[in-house]
Amino acid sequence: MKPTSRAFKQNAHEALGDKNLQEALSDLEGGFVQGRLNAVNKLPEFDQLRDAGRDIKHHVLENLDVYLEIFEEKVVANGGQVHWCRSPEDARQKVLELCRSIDAKTVTKGKSMIGEEMDLNHFLEGHAVEPIETDFGEYIIQLADERPSHIIAPAIHKTKEQVADLFHEHHQKYGKSARLEEPRDMLDEAREILRPKYIEADVGITGANFMIAETGSTVIVTNEGNGDLTQTLAKMHIALATPEKIVPTLDDATTLLRILARSATGQEMSVYTTFSSGNKRPDDLDGPASYHVVILDNGRTDMVGGDFNDMLTCIKCGACLMHCPVWTAIGGHAYGWVYPGPMGSVLTPNLVGLEEACHLPNASTFCGRCQEICPQKIPLPRMLRKHRENAFTARLGPPQERMGIALWAWLAKRPALYRLATSLATGALRLMAGKRGSLKSVPLAGGWTHSRNMPTPQGGTFMQQIKAKRRAGGAP
Amino acid sequence: MKVAMFVTCLVDLFRPSVGFAALKLLEDAGCTVYVPEAQTCCGQPAYNSGARDEAKAIARQVIEAFEEYEAVIAPSGSCTGMISHHYPALFEGDEIWGPRAEALAAKTFELVSYLTDQLGVEAVTAAYQGEVTYHDACSGLRELGIRDQPRKLLASVDGLNLSEAPERDVCCGFGGTFSAKYGEVSGAIVTAKTAALGSTGATTVLGGDLGCLVNIAGRLQREGSPISVRHIAEVLAGMTDTPAIGASDAEDGS
Repeated sequence: MKPTSRAFKQNAHEALGDKNLQEALSDLEGGFVQGRLNAVNKLPEFDQLRDAGRDIKHHVLENLDVYLEIFEEKVVANGGQVHWCRSPEDARQKVLELCRSIDAKTVTKGKSMIGEEMDLNHFLEGHAVEPIETDFGEYIIQLADERPSHIIAPAIHKTKEQVADLFHEHHQKYGKSARLEEPRDMLDEAREILRPKYIEADVGITGANFMIAETGSTVIVTNEGNGDLTQTLAKMHIALATPEKIVPTLDDATTLLRILARSATGQEMSVYTTFSSGNKRPDDLDGPASYHVVILDNGRTDMVGGDFNDMLTCIKCGACLMHCPVWTAIGGHAYGWVYPGPMGSVLTPNLVGLEEACHLPNASTFCGRCQEICPQKIPLPRMLRKHRENAFTARLGPPQERMGIALWAWLAKRPALYRLATSLATGALRLMAGKRGSLKSVPLAGGWTHSRNMPTPQGGTFMQQIKAKRRAGGAP
Repeated sequence: MKVAMFVTCLVDLFRPSVGFAALKLLEDAGCTVYVPEAQTCCGQPAYNSGARDEAKAIARQVIEAFEEYEAVIAPSGSCTGMISHHYPALFEGDEIWGPRAEALAAKTFELVSYLTDQLGVEAVTAAYQGEVTYHDACSGLRELGIRDQPRKLLASVDGLNLSEAPERDVCCGFGGTFSAKYGEVSGAIVTAKTAALGSTGATTVLGGDLGCLVNIAGRLQREGSPISVRHIAEVLAGMTDTPAIGASDAEDGS
């Protein structure tokens, strides 16, 4: 997918003016945030589990090659295959090749952000393979021809009314002419339409929340059971993953599962947690005839051991998005690529380049709430700042901002000159303000005064005043 | 106790009365307060803009100006966090400046939590009439663990009633240079914040960081709100005779 992160400001402007989006994002604090808090408060050892989960992922990153090789051996022993793909293009071609190997016409899909990285749906459509999203949220945005705006709640930017309209428009061909009002009815209608498609599908593509080296399994978590139907009813199951999703053992996976759903949706466990270990065996009642794991790197292994290593410990719960004041104000599409919010603002510059994604690490208030609630305690603000440092060094971003900072820093290193400059500046603002306490516009501060006034200084800097007082009074 | 006050650039520029209130609170608690002349800013704007070398140069200047004192006190969680958390990170591995940054970090405190946690201040002698709500600034809250300390001292102010706002741990959208670079997004965030603060029915918003307060006050004024905004030090020191942040002389002299 081609990023539009350079247009972040324009994207954000449009998002802020989008009434439907703003309505859809209006009560996340009461919903997701409170839900997570309730779940966390019910588990006294939650914080220890976070540490344990983080340690597992760090251990994996230090031994990534070892565990990936073990995983491949196990998958092959189970009768499956692992395919290593460096770029999204490699991965797309591999998936298409697999589809063509069984002359596939339709593909059902569980939710996968790796699939988004590969722009898989459009690619398959362009090669006469019809992809059908089966996750309810993904199904909605496929109808709308949109992208996920959140990594676990892809259609969270849509209102109930928008979904009702979409279903009304797209379900007529199935003989469904009524415009539904209730979410439950919409879900039932989507299920009814999707059910035969699982059975007809040649290939079922899912993501993978984890790959387990010990057993050669991929793991998915869903709340709708769509992933299970996708991967068991099709002739071929393809799981899309990235290298850092590996964990050593089943026990490790369960440790991470205990923090994943709580952080993501406030559930103790997701409704379905499914372990796939290869294709249908002679004694199995069902299952796919073949099982493939496509592992897309897309620059991730270059991050191992570097400044952004910790980002690879992310378990994609999406909590940092829900807790981010920027994401909750503008939604996910404004970020312009697959991964939005704090985790996306760290990851995206690594995957698509800092020049393209320079806005993302800058568009943060550094409030630190993401790191506070991250199940893996990823130091997101620190890594956002590292991107800013790299951008500053590489002279990316608007030159006037760099020059402004350089000039200000030059002054700040010269206290006497700084005093003169600050007293002139406060004096000028006082003059402009007259008797007003705040100004509606100030030269060079259009960003600030766009939506708030600029309170004017009281007049006279503290350093001037204290100096005068102490000279008079003789205090320290 | 001989302490040095790190005034912070925003107090120096925008609201010297906060500096004098901080001075009074520290002196009332028995401190001898010095105000080193060689101070300008903690360097955070450079640090958060990715200008690491510039930030280090400013940090060295702060370290040199302040390291001789027994403690360094700032009326801001954000600037305190910069010195106590980020200076050591800036000079990690630097044999000369690393230990000096660590030493300064260990004795640098935010004003209100210094009074309660280090000096054991339980109450202040001050009066403020009205319904008040308190905005927790993110750096103070998350880097320094400041949540209960200001509330404890506010409880001792005569006539003051504190109503807690919803979504207390959500950012106000200031974010330093973020508020100018991404003014529209910042504006949307602060608009949600003023709604949350306003929902308490409070007539005054207090906080410990002037950055957030100037942001919140600027938005309230744009909305035409009668809510006034002050730094907590002004109320704790009983120095509320100046107009509130962004209020004109005529609007607010209480």
